[in-house]
Amino acid sequence: MSSTEARVPAGLLNPAERELMERTWRPRGGVWGWLIATDHKSIAKRYIITAFVFFLLGGIEAFLIRLQLARPENHLLDPDQYNQIFTMHGTTMMFLFGVPIQLAVALYLVPLMVGTRNVAFPRLNALGYWTYLIGGLFLYVSFFLNTGPDAGWFAYVPLSGPQFGAGKRVDVWAQMVTFTEIAALTAAVEIIVTVLKQRAPGMSLNRIPIYVWSVLVTSFLVLFAMPSVALASTAMLAMDRLVGTHFFNPAEGGDPLLWQHLFWFFGHPEVYIMFLPATGYVSGIIPVFARRKMVGHTALVLSLVATGFVSFGLWVHHMFTTGLPQLGQSFFTGASLMIAIPSGVQIFCWIATLWAGRPKFDTPLLFVIGFIVLFVCGGITGVMIASVPFDQQAHDTYFIVAHLHYVQVGAFVFPLFAAFYYWFPKLTGRMLSERMGKWNFWLFFVGVNVTFFPQHFLGLMGMTRRVYTYLPETGWGPLNLLSTVGAGIIAASVVLFLANVVRSLAAGLPAGNDPWGGHTLEWDTASPPPPYNFAHIPVVDGLYPLWERAPGAPVVTGMAAGKRQVLVTSVMDAEPESIYEHPAPSVWPLIVALAIGVTFIFGIFTPWAFLIGPALMFTPLVMWFWPKRKEPHERSFAEEPA
Amino acid sequence: MRRPSALLAALLPALALAACGHRDLSAVDPAGPQAARIADLTWYLTIVGSAVFVVTVAFLLYALWRGHRRVENYSGEAAERHIHRWIYGAIGVTTLILLVTLIYNFTTGRALANFAEPDALTIRVTGHQWWWQVQYVDPVPSNRFETANEIHVPVGRRVRIEVQAADVIHSFWVPNLHGKVDLIPGYTNTTYFRADRAGVYHGRCAEFCGYQHARMDFLVIADPPAQFAAWYRNQLRSAPPPADSVQQVGQQVFLSTRCAMCHAVRGTDAGSHVGPDLTHLASRGTLAAGTLPNLRGSLGGWVLDPQSIKPGAYMPPNPLKPDELHALLSYLESLK
Repeated sequence: MSSTEARVPAGLLNPAERELMERTWRPRGGVWGWLIATDHKSIAKRYIITAFVFFLLGGIEAFLIRLQLARPENHLLDPDQYNQIFTMHGTTMMFLFGVPIQLAVALYLVPLMVGTRNVAFPRLNALGYWTYLIGGLFLYVSFFLNTGPDAGWFAYVPLSGPQFGAGKRVDVWAQMVTFTEIAALTAAVEIIVTVLKQRAPGMSLNRIPIYVWSVLVTSFLVLFAMPSVALASTAMLAMDRLVGTHFFNPAEGGDPLLWQHLFWFFGHPEVYIMFLPATGYVSGIIPVFARRKMVGHTALVLSLVATGFVSFGLWVHHMFTTGLPQLGQSFFTGASLMIAIPSGVQIFCWIATLWAGRPKFDTPLLFVIGFIVLFVCGGITGVMIASVPFDQQAHDTYFIVAHLHYVQVGAFVFPLFAAFYYWFPKLTGRMLSERMGKWNFWLFFVGVNVTFFPQHFLGLMGMTRRVYTYLPETGWGPLNLLSTVGAGIIAASVVLFLANVVRSLAAGLPAGNDPWGGHTLEWDTASPPPPYNFAHIPVVDGLYPLWERAPGAPVVTGMAAGKRQVLVTSVMDAEPESIYEHPAPSVWPLIVALAIGVTFIFGIFTPWAFLIGPALMFTPLVMWFWPKRKEPHERSFAEEPA
Repeated sequence: MRRPSALLAALLPALALAACGHRDLSAVDPAGPQAARIADLTWYLTIVGSAVFVVTVAFLLYALWRGHRRVENYSGEAAERHIHRWIYGAIGVTTLILLVTLIYNFTTGRALANFAEPDALTIRVTGHQWWWQVQYVDPVPSNRFETANEIHVPVGRRVRIEVQAADVIHSFWVPNLHGKVDLIPGYTNTTYFRADRAGVYHGRCAEFCGYQHARMDFLVIADPPAQFAAWYRNQLRSAPPPADSVQQVGQQVFLSTRCAMCHAVRGTDAGSHVGPDLTHLASRGTLAAGTLPNLRGSLGGWVLDPQSIKPGAYMPPNPLKPDELHALLSYLESLK
């Protein structure tokens, strides 16, 4: 293959060619440059920051909830405010923070880890971000105009239907879901194609880093899960509310339970959409800090795939009290217990790697250890509530609240913080403070346990969820107060994290290319990486490319420095197949996103929006895809003379 | 606590705490066989789960301690084989625990389902935003009656609860007696339980149902059979006629103002079923679905201004003159 010669100076870029490559890939400056950007790093960074802002907003809402419940008969919030706030908290954390931030981190890391210059479909990437931003802003503007959704993040009909969900509140929720669905689906498509077709030569399937596997599986979950909620909310619920269809109205032959099936067919895999990338961070970070290769890489990959499959067979365990037939429910108990096995495999491999390696206790590893402890706890309560009889007691009580926060905060936010500490140097070129990081970790760990552990007991003591207040005679006061104190500790920890970020951006230690001794390709380039990621696409000859690389290993040569070229490789063995020229930055994704925004926002008020919207989208889409005549886009190696 | 072993109390003092909340709402303090089965399962799950947690975290801490002391990685082919053996073992133990748990789950679920009995006392409960309509169903029409927010059951007899929803989804939950069952528009779900000791058990709506989901409680009162029979006979009767002139004025207030537009008092012209049946209001323990104790003062406050007590409830404010209110309260208090 002509492109993967041994590293000979003659094949490498000379300074003039490097200069040309800089110019080819350098993003345009200024506001215009920001609006038209299609570089995966620039899109992913704003995605991460936006999602983190939503995390802070969701956190403030959580804190308000805890303040309201700190004592019985509290009057801080009235029931209307409380219902809006807990709906906003759930919606924000699931739709605007949980899924987007995992996909955003993947959009940043995946091209670097697989050794390519950008994600596949960079303009689609921009479209996804803008749509997400519009959805998030729309939700929050509505909330501040007192039109925030108030039927819960699950929006059960008929409470969310036309008869009982008055005004436009639930419509806002339904369309926000639409926007985030579009964003998640675009990201999933980009990640799948990037992973399958743009890997560096030599990165055959068995050499794909475990984190990349985790987001690949996650992206498939997005593809199969998201359409279900899109159908339920964007199509059926919105139509029930807008044009009087009766999908969910029992009086006209509709069925309220249909909503629950469709929602949870999405809702349960969604948990794994947030959780699987988190296990990817953990499996990627542990070898670096244990200074040893992962035990059982293949088992970990198979666990991810197995979890992905089984996650689609769990949704009915959210519906154990709806009166479904018992035999049917048993299958879902079986599946819910079964999913503990791949999770167990992962935990055992992590512990074994730490045992067989030489762990050094930097902040990322601390968050990973905290994660394992919290995840084991949340996993065990998960096994408990997989039991139909026990769940009939625990369902819709604070026991579930405790369980879900152990798995969401413990098994998703903790690894995410580990990832922040681990990859922050790559994104910014600066290290976060270790000292503040350790405080950050311990406060968070203590805070989470103080907040959520007592809630198990509140649930068994009969405290139901989504209540804005409770009577003093219930005896729930002291544990609720304790829980609120814990929320304060978490808040302090998050503030400390923000301080750490601000301080480190200004005065953090310079990171260099590879501050941790990492093993994946992103540590093979500058921090932050140049717009083209790698001057020469590396050639991979192992699962731990940077640890296993022999000196003088070959790199890819012969790609034009003056064009935005990416290398396309084969799915199985990552054999080079062709060179594909990526499109230039463009403003049309933003325009299309605005047209989508107009369509769905006005679609709340009139069905005509769905005729006008596509008309608005037509011209921008034509301009987006307008082909460049001058040169062939693709050049196949097969057509090349040898 | 029904299952007090010393070991358990030492292991799980906090779960014991859950068993003694001030109000009778605990899921691990069963008063009947259905809740007792689930409580047994709960203890099993808690103990096994805690043990798994402790063992796993102990392994984790040991691994960190051991790894931290290593000078050199434990690796190589023999090492991997050794490690894999441990992992296989751990997976085997996990799978075994899960299988046992699965079987225990199924047998418990079966036992709960097999509690059904055709000639159980049947009570139909309909959920409304935000109160409970309770109808005692009997083949003989003259043995049927309706009440609200308070269910009396005889100790020692199986009870069949048929649940329906009038508006949105609610969920019927009496933790001391059984797990919950949802009330879903268009469906009728059933659940069976039996109370084995007399007492007052609190119930709540467990499915989010709008503004006042938090204040949608009810009571299940388990009476000894004779006492239950007396209560039943009394409930079958129409409301007693006003006993004095004040009550007579009160009845007139009831029938001539908004009250009668939503509420029924059997034996009078008031026959609406929009709100709770008030025929024997004074015999009930609470007002507004467990929001207030049924006392004259709170009843007066509730009648005048329900919105400040339970914002969003469908009962409008009733600006009555003081003497009208006084008479109305006297009349309502006579509805024993």
